[in-house]
Amino acid sequence: MHSIPGRRLIMGLFLIFLLLPIYWLVNMSFKTNAEIVSTMTLWPHTPTLQHYKRIFTDESWYSGYINSLEYVVLNTIISISVALPAAYAFSRYRFLGDKHLFFWLLSNRMAPAAVYALPFFNLYSAIGLFDTPWAVALAHCIFNVPLAVWILEGFVSGVPREIDETAFLDGYSFPRFFIKILVPLIASGIGVAAFFCFMFSWVELLLARTLTSVHAKPIAAIMTRTVSAAGMDWGLLAAAGVLTIIPGALVIWFVRNYIASGFALGRV
Amino acid sequence: MDKTVNQKAWFLVLPVFLVVAFSAVLPLMTVVNYSMQDTFGNNQFFWNGVGWFKELLDPSTDLGGRFLASLGRNLFFSMVILAIEVPLGIVVALSMPRQGWTVAACLVILALPLLIPWNVVGTIWQIFGRPDIGLLGYVLNAIGIDYNYVSNEIDAWVTVIVMDVWHWTSLVALLCYAGLKSIPEAYYQAAQIDGASRWAVFKAIQLPKMNRVLLIAVLLRFMDSFMIYTEPFVVTGGGPGNSTTFVSIELVKIALGQFDLGKAAALSLVYNLIILIVCWIFYTVMTNAGVERKVQAESEPAAKPKSSAALKPATALKPKEGVA
Repeated sequence: MHSIPGRRLIMGLFLIFLLLPIYWLVNMSFKTNAEIVSTMTLWPHTPTLQHYKRIFTDESWYSGYINSLEYVVLNTIISISVALPAAYAFSRYRFLGDKHLFFWLLSNRMAPAAVYALPFFNLYSAIGLFDTPWAVALAHCIFNVPLAVWILEGFVSGVPREIDETAFLDGYSFPRFFIKILVPLIASGIGVAAFFCFMFSWVELLLARTLTSVHAKPIAAIMTRTVSAAGMDWGLLAAAGVLTIIPGALVIWFVRNYIASGFALGRV
Repeated sequence: MDKTVNQKAWFLVLPVFLVVAFSAVLPLMTVVNYSMQDTFGNNQFFWNGVGWFKELLDPSTDLGGRFLASLGRNLFFSMVILAIEVPLGIVVALSMPRQGWTVAACLVILALPLLIPWNVVGTIWQIFGRPDIGLLGYVLNAIGIDYNYVSNEIDAWVTVIVMDVWHWTSLVALLCYAGLKSIPEAYYQAAQIDGASRWAVFKAIQLPKMNRVLLIAVLLRFMDSFMIYTEPFVVTGGGPGNSTTFVSIELVKIALGQFDLGKAAALSLVYNLIILIVCWIFYTVMTNAGVERKVQAESEPAAKPKSSAALKPATALKPKEGVA
């Protein structure tokens, strides 16, 4: 009753459509460059690990992954820790300018990164954070903090207010109530919010590339180096691309049961 | 459950306010400052008032022509991908398996494109579409379609649109799936007793329940496609010619390519303003929907004794569908 005729076929076709380009990337990453350019083969006939080996042994390559993970994790921690109290405030209290503040936050989530690229460059150069993971982590807060507040507010509102009142009657102080009672209650919400912060920080490139030059360069920017005088190094590019998919795939696996409600921003 | 008034709540919001103000207000002031000035390098600035804004909105000037053309392309692009992704997302959500391990497998695969860095999405399609080394380009050319996204404008557009459908349809599908999951089983049973057709079930039960999530989906997709930058930039570089140059690409060209700060800043402000207006409409509609839902939730228990909630959709279906 729930579903439509031929649903297996539709789902199957759609999943193939999603997986085919990814398969092609994986396929290419295991081929030698000679095979990529000379013949069209559906699977690697002379499989090789040379591209992966190069990425894992060349420091200028693997440091890119470390840099990326560094600012993504920093950003997730900052976003969640500042968003939690705010989400509680928006969910429980009415205060001067609350609605305007919420809208203002939301509007920052929607602001195009291209607008901020240049001013961010000036700002972070001026305070000496340019080319550090902190610059990128702080810059990504502009869209992740509002998103985290928005998701967490939905989850905090799902906690009955009686629980707060009982805790305060039992003599809990506010910080103790917050850490001991509220945080465990919305643990799945925090997981979902962290997942989204991780996701949007991991996929963003424009700001990450603008705010770094050498020491904190993200992997996505390093990938553009595969264009050299001898032409494109397609195999290396494909291998680097495959390695950027893996962290995301791992994170999805951990939150797969919450994905659906998380994408509805805790509001279904 | 009314919220209590408590001004001390500002202390809880303060960290967020400071973090976002630091990354949003300071840069925005710089942009406003630049937008009123002209520079000839050497850090010398000259007052230009609203000159840039006038030029920006006048299609006969170079800047205005470029801006309005890219704006038009961007709007067209957003409309096309909404028209494809929303119905397709609904169909995919309805096709989700009901239980078992396949649910988790489908969810993970659906979410996969969303977690790939945007430039890698571009790279994947760049490789996939190339006539010499890509499966798609190779197959299309082999069956006699002359496909080349580098030189042909229409092919470039098709590639960018298919890429966006590949990248973001899952978001719509996952949102709709979340909406569908919230429908109680009893609704379907009631519809079955009434012998409602599948189309009637979709129209009277599933679509109304998906309303709110669909709204989120449409607006998120509109905003994100309106500021799209990385994926088309990697695949087509905005070309051939200017045919896939969207607003963000134009902006980055002016700001970081030509270092034309005044023009770029004016463009940024107008661009931001458009987004802000759409965002405001989004917010108003969302909060209104929230209020409506609350009112509904309050009136529902009162209605329960008369007719159970499960029977409600069934009675609504009756006049249209008759009894089996």
